[in-house]
Amino acid sequence: MGNFLVWVVWVAAAFGCLGSGIAVVSFSNPFYSALALIGNLGSLAVLYLLLSAEFVAAAQVLVYAGAVMVMFLFVIAYLGGEADAPWAGGPTWQQFAAVLAAGALFVEIIVVVGLKAGGRLSHQAHVTRAFGSPAAIGRLFLTDHLLAFEITSIVLLVAAVGGVVLGAHARRGVEWGSATRLPTEPAP
Amino acid sequence: MTVAMLGPEVSWYLALSAFLFATGAFGVLIRRSPLIVLLSLEIMLNGANLALIAFSRHHGRGDGQIFAISVMAIAASEVVVGLGLIVAMSRKRIALDVDKLNVLRG
Repeated sequence: MGNFLVWVVWVAAAFGCLGSGIAVVSFSNPFYSALALIGNLGSLAVLYLLLSAEFVAAAQVLVYAGAVMVMFLFVIAYLGGEADAPWAGGPTWQQFAAVLAAGALFVEIIVVVGLKAGGRLSHQAHVTRAFGSPAAIGRLFLTDHLLAFEITSIVLLVAAVGGVVLGAHARRGVEWGSATRLPTEPAP
Repeated sequence: MTVAMLGPEVSWYLALSAFLFATGAFGVLIRRSPLIVLLSLEIMLNGANLALIAFSRHHGRGDGQIFAISVMAIAASEVVVGLGLIVAMSRKRIALDVDKLNVLRG
C-alpha cells in the first residue's frame, strides 16, 4: 500500500515537473515562465523528499522557490516583461538545430547512463532514518567537505560584490550617458 | 534501523533528470530573451541536481546531497550576476535580445 502511494506521488510530481519545464520554455511572457519555474522547483522538492533528501528539499523550497524566484519576479516586473514570441514566423534553421541538439543531448545522456550503470541501478542501498537530515548534512559539511563549504561562502561573497558593482556601474552609466549625449540622439 | 526505498527505481529519476536537462538546453538555445535563457539555465541545473540526489540515494551516501547544495549556492550567485547584467543592459537601453547582443563594449 505504501509503495503504491509513493508511486502515485512520484507520477504526479514527475508530470508536474515535465509539464512546468516545458511551460517555462514555451511561454512567451517571462512572468508566466517564472511562475511555471516555481511549480517546477516545487515538484522537484517533492521528488527530493521521495529520495529521502529532506534537508535539500527544504532548502530547495526556501532558497530556490522562495528567494531566487522572488528576485526573478522583481526584475521581470521592473523590466516590464516584454514578450518575445519564439514560435512566430515559421520554423527557422535555428529552431530546427535547437530541437536536434536538445534531442541529441537527451539520447546521449540516456545511452551513457544505460551503458555505464544500467544493470546496477536496481538495488538501492538501505539507509538509516538519519540519512539526509540537517544533522547528517551539517556533519558532512563540517568534516569531509569543509573546503567546499568555505569555497561556497567565498563564491557567494564574490557574487554579492559583483551584483553591487554591476548596479553601481549601470547607474553611473546612465548619468554619464545623459550628460554627454549627442544632440542627434533621441532623449531617453 | 534502516529503511528500504519505496516507489520507482533510481533509473526513473535519472530519465526524468535527463529530460529536464534537455528541456533546459532547448530553452537556452531557442529563446532570445535573456531572462528566459536564465530561467532555462535554472532548469538545467535542477536536472543535474536531481541526478546527484538520485545517485546519492542509490549509494546511500550523503556526498551527492552536499554537491547539490553547493550547486544551489552557485545557481544563486549566477542569478545575482545574470540579473545584474540584464538590469544594467536595460538601463543602458541595449535591446534585451541575445541574438543582437554580439559585441562586448557597452
